[in-house]
Amino acid sequence: MFTPKPILQAAGILVAVSVAAAASPALAQSQDHFGFGTPIGPQELAKYSAIPADGTGLPPGSGTAAAGAKVFADSCAACHGDKGQGNPAKGVGGDRLLGGRGTLASDTPIKTVESYWPYATTLFDYVKRAMPFNAPGTLSDNDVYAVVAYVLSEAKIIKPTDTMNATTLPKVTMPNRDGFIPDSRPELDLYH
Amino acid sequence: MASVIYDEKSRRIAAEMVAAETRQIAQREAQECDCKDGMFPRSPASRRRFLFAAGSAASLAGSTAALAQKAPPGAVYYDAPADPTKELGRAVAADGGYGSRSQFETEVRTRFPTANEYTSWSFTPLDKMVGNLTASGLHFERHHGGIPTIDPANHSLVVHGMVGTAKKFSMADLKRFPSVTRKHFIECSGNGLTEWNKPTLKTVQGTHGLLSTSEWTGVQFATIAREVGLKDGSSWVLAEGADAAVMTRSIPIEKMLKDALLVYGQNGEAIRPEQGALLVYGQNGEAIRPEQGYPLRLLLPGYEGNTHIKWLRRLEVSDKPFMTREETSKYTDLLANGKARQFSMEMEAKSVITFPSGEMKLPGPGFYNVSGLAWSGRGRVQSVDVSVDGGQSWRPAQLNVTPESVCTVRFSYPWMWDGKLAILQSRCADETGYIQPTLKQLIAIRGSHGPFGSIYHLNAIQSWAIDETGSVANVHA
Repeated sequence: MFTPKPILQAAGILVAVSVAAAASPALAQSQDHFGFGTPIGPQELAKYSAIPADGTGLPPGSGTAAAGAKVFADSCAACHGDKGQGNPAKGVGGDRLLGGRGTLASDTPIKTVESYWPYATTLFDYVKRAMPFNAPGTLSDNDVYAVVAYVLSEAKIIKPTDTMNATTLPKVTMPNRDGFIPDSRPELDLYH
Repeated sequence: MASVIYDEKSRRIAAEMVAAETRQIAQREAQECDCKDGMFPRSPASRRRFLFAAGSAASLAGSTAALAQKAPPGAVYYDAPADPTKELGRAVAADGGYGSRSQFETEVRTRFPTANEYTSWSFTPLDKMVGNLTASGLHFERHHGGIPTIDPANHSLVVHGMVGTAKKFSMADLKRFPSVTRKHFIECSGNGLTEWNKPTLKTVQGTHGLLSTSEWTGVQFATIAREVGLKDGSSWVLAEGADAAVMTRSIPIEKMLKDALLVYGQNGEAIRPEQGALLVYGQNGEAIRPEQGYPLRLLLPGYEGNTHIKWLRRLEVSDKPFMTREETSKYTDLLANGKARQFSMEMEAKSVITFPSGEMKLPGPGFYNVSGLAWSGRGRVQSVDVSVDGGQSWRPAQLNVTPESVCTVRFSYPWMWDGKLAILQSRCADETGYIQPTLKQLIAIRGSHGPFGSIYHLNAIQSWAIDETGSVANVHA
């Protein structure tokens, strides 16, 4: 779909690159590339992670709500409340995680993981990269699976006995899975 | 007009912001001097001398700590002689080679009082700013896990995913590529989120201060894309920051190839005393600030600020969006029917009068140079109109700079105030023909169950009421 264009098409680069290539074989890169940067392989890329909805890239490991209850109590409850109710205290400000189902079309919408988040994979992705707030990225993959299982179980989205892993997590159907529409702007009513 | 319902969290943070703004205004009044013609802030009773004015040093024994306390952030305190022509000034480069703003310039960013000060935001003082560019030190901020300290020698950008050759680029590598320099605004899509239901914050810093404009220098993403090669089917790119939030957003590849810059340069600061000679208001050019993503930031002209990933460390090319936390649970717009707009990236045409604006006070009838900013994420500002009668009649404003694509425009409108009640508004149109709407029009379309409903993308016309005493207030009109 997007064919890389030869570098010669980049405005203003034609002369400089051609001259450099002709004048010095040591500098002669492919005329399609500057040659800057260092190729990087799977081993170095392994430290990065971003998990789309289909679960691609989910790591090995697994966890259950029972194990997750302890992780939650140790690492999450201080900011999110022992029941996932959130904590608005000064210096904390942790979001509410549970409840709010059925409120999105009401006059008092409550957006939580349970009521609003469309994908369970997003919860794994976010917790793994950015939680706990004061020590981001410190939970093991097993602990992340476990605490995700705990939140989903408390939200009654999965059963307390369900195990979350790379296979089961992408199959979880969140209550608001179909709650999103593409940007519908520009708002044509404004052009009447 | 239907009333927007605020949920508990929104009500709480709005109430805290109102309290913080009130404290700040009180503090400003305590610092007010006679020299600003009483136009701001609104402090008719206050005639106290400015803390930093000539002579005050004599009464304060000059310990270093005391002197440091007397200088506002970004400034250094010096005694101001009664007659600067009768004694030598400061030695050349005695400041160590990096200048600071005048000690008499006190404007600062103010933080929205979220409970947690590491995930919070601060507002640009638009009411105190002149010209079109924002001083780098006053550019608004939004952080989700604090401001990281990053040694550029240890920072790199990884580009991988659906590419021919995954690569890692050092900052030195990136600076070897051809660069471009462009002026663009960045606006947080939450700019004005307190203002859906009723006029809530008092100053334009609070209502519109999540908007800033800089001249940015960097490399086009398209240049890097050619370097690594894009595979057929590439349609989204995940951008990831190197902060504690490891901020991630998915960006359509068309946008990345058309507009995206990887920036390392940012401009703009207030006039500096040592530069003299010209009567200039603006100044340019330096590395982007840590709060803006040092050493590398993704700039997506016209997209909501959250997508301009700071401290950029990784770009992953994919055939789908990643559905990250920010692009599902946060920066989405819940409509009245319970469905939420997703990937509502573009910032639509908007304008605001910054002088006169909330909490200022006009000293009396007469001439005023009404002035403000207009911008559009969809292209150039085409025109700006000003109304002094609450939108009943409109007249064209003068554009004080040549409109550039996805950049603010400073506009002005000469006005003779007759001393009677007036409601000032501005309305802009962009080159696509889009005309800035009224709040009533927006709510009619998006519904009225705002925070956490449709809190983002408020680009409605702003109204400032001026009463017979000259006091200026935020109103819905």
